[in-house]
Amino acid sequence: MRTLLVLGAGTAGTMIANKLRRRLDDHEWQIVVIDQDDQHRYQPGYLFIPFGSYSRDDVVRARHDCLVDGVELVVGEVDRVDVKADRVRLQDGRELGYDYLVIASGTTPRPDQTPGMLGPEWRRSIFDFYTLEGAEALAEALSEFDHGRLVVHITEMPIKCPVAPLEFIFLAESWLREKGLRDRVELVFVTPMDGAFTQPIASAQLGSMLDERKIHVESDFMVERVDDVQKMLVSYDERQVPFDLLVTVPLNMGADFVARSGLGDELNYVPVDKHTLLSVEHDTIFAVGDANDIPASKAGSVAHFAVEIFVDNFLEQIAGRPMTGSFDGHANCFVESGDKKALLIDFNYDTEPLPGKYPLPYVGPMSLLKETRANHLGKLAFRYVYWNVLLPGRPVPLPAHMSMAGKQSPKEA
Amino acid sequence: MPTTTIDGHTIGVNAEGFMTDPSEWSEPLAESLAAQIGIELTDEHWKAIGFLRDDFAKQGETPTLRRISVMGGIPTKSLFQLFPQKPAKKLAYIAGLPKPHGCV
Repeated sequence: MRTLLVLGAGTAGTMIANKLRRRLDDHEWQIVVIDQDDQHRYQPGYLFIPFGSYSRDDVVRARHDCLVDGVELVVGEVDRVDVKADRVRLQDGRELGYDYLVIASGTTPRPDQTPGMLGPEWRRSIFDFYTLEGAEALAEALSEFDHGRLVVHITEMPIKCPVAPLEFIFLAESWLREKGLRDRVELVFVTPMDGAFTQPIASAQLGSMLDERKIHVESDFMVERVDDVQKMLVSYDERQVPFDLLVTVPLNMGADFVARSGLGDELNYVPVDKHTLLSVEHDTIFAVGDANDIPASKAGSVAHFAVEIFVDNFLEQIAGRPMTGSFDGHANCFVESGDKKALLIDFNYDTEPLPGKYPLPYVGPMSLLKETRANHLGKLAFRYVYWNVLLPGRPVPLPAHMSMAGKQSPKEA
Repeated sequence: MPTTTIDGHTIGVNAEGFMTDPSEWSEPLAESLAAQIGIELTDEHWKAIGFLRDDFAKQGETPTLRRISVMGGIPTKSLFQLFPQKPAKKLAYIAGLPKPHGCV
């Protein structure tokens, strides 16, 4: 009997276990998934919690219910991977051996990494919305917020779901308008990037949407510390941004066990080949989803498309054949823009988000890089798709590789 | 790809002025590139440039500020003093490397 051990039962780990269970012989392979708890969280839903449109029940299910029969879930915290012995040790002393290991332990916000962030103002005037607890605390704070400076802040790239901070500020702007409070609130978007987003055409489009909404952008801002007495962000080049309510995206880091095992880079991400997701150092270890260092968005969408390629590659690898699939960094994300509208962006390693139609060229029904109601409905419908189609590993009728069909290149646009 | 000539060095550059071929880089050229953006290179600057060149040769990517501070041992605060306002971009420009990709 051979063992595939998967560390992490989030989007990537769950999809991998479910898809491979159907492809690997029960008598030859056991699949074991380790996670620190038994709560699978639909993280894209966190965005809606501060505004009261989703609650905890909409975004949490038991992890074991998301895994198909024949996959074993072990609840425990990983202490380290012993790559020489092909074993994983848990903090409670249990040890599990593997023939192949998939690291899918994601990335985590780390407010402890910025001085002053996790002090007495944490969850009083400083909030995050990338954790369920943070999003819930923020919902409470927003319900009492009626004037002042609301600052949305990104600590450092890369972060999970790089469009979410923009979505948050668009939704906040629209929500304040609905409540008749927009004139009493100053909105500021603080980013270490030189514009609204990482890619030029989308950045220009999203930047002008910030302008239209009178949201001030403070760019190239690398935060050094939070002054929790004077309530302001202070950058390395000594700029100051005061706030009444700070919604920050703390530094994102991979799991600490990755560092303890000697498998990580400077942010605990596992260096892998960006087309096969195989560790650059160990040919029995893959890292899939946010846990690896590929130059793509850290997002469930990337995990989904990457898993589609990974599964066939994995079967080739264990059969001793060369891996023939090549992941192209494909991602697509809905970007909520307020007033029940959203944009959709679709891109990969080499092609930035462009205008056009998706998934059917010229037909849609989704429009790329354009605010529409259909895109917003698509975003809401995605929660159903996530629980019922994506996680169980059922086929999603979208090609894993990005297509240029239906997209306008910059010259035509 | 367009080319440009700086102090007698003819180099390939992209639309933003970043060099397109790291092998065309030399130390005298770095002095000229730095002068273009108003920086006079000291030993501290060279330490950062040296780390960037070595790390790029090994990894094939321009390192981020965090990587320079964690792996290269140069605090982010110093990088902002040495290469004011946009240290990651200015460093890459002087070291003849691609702009660090925006970590999508």
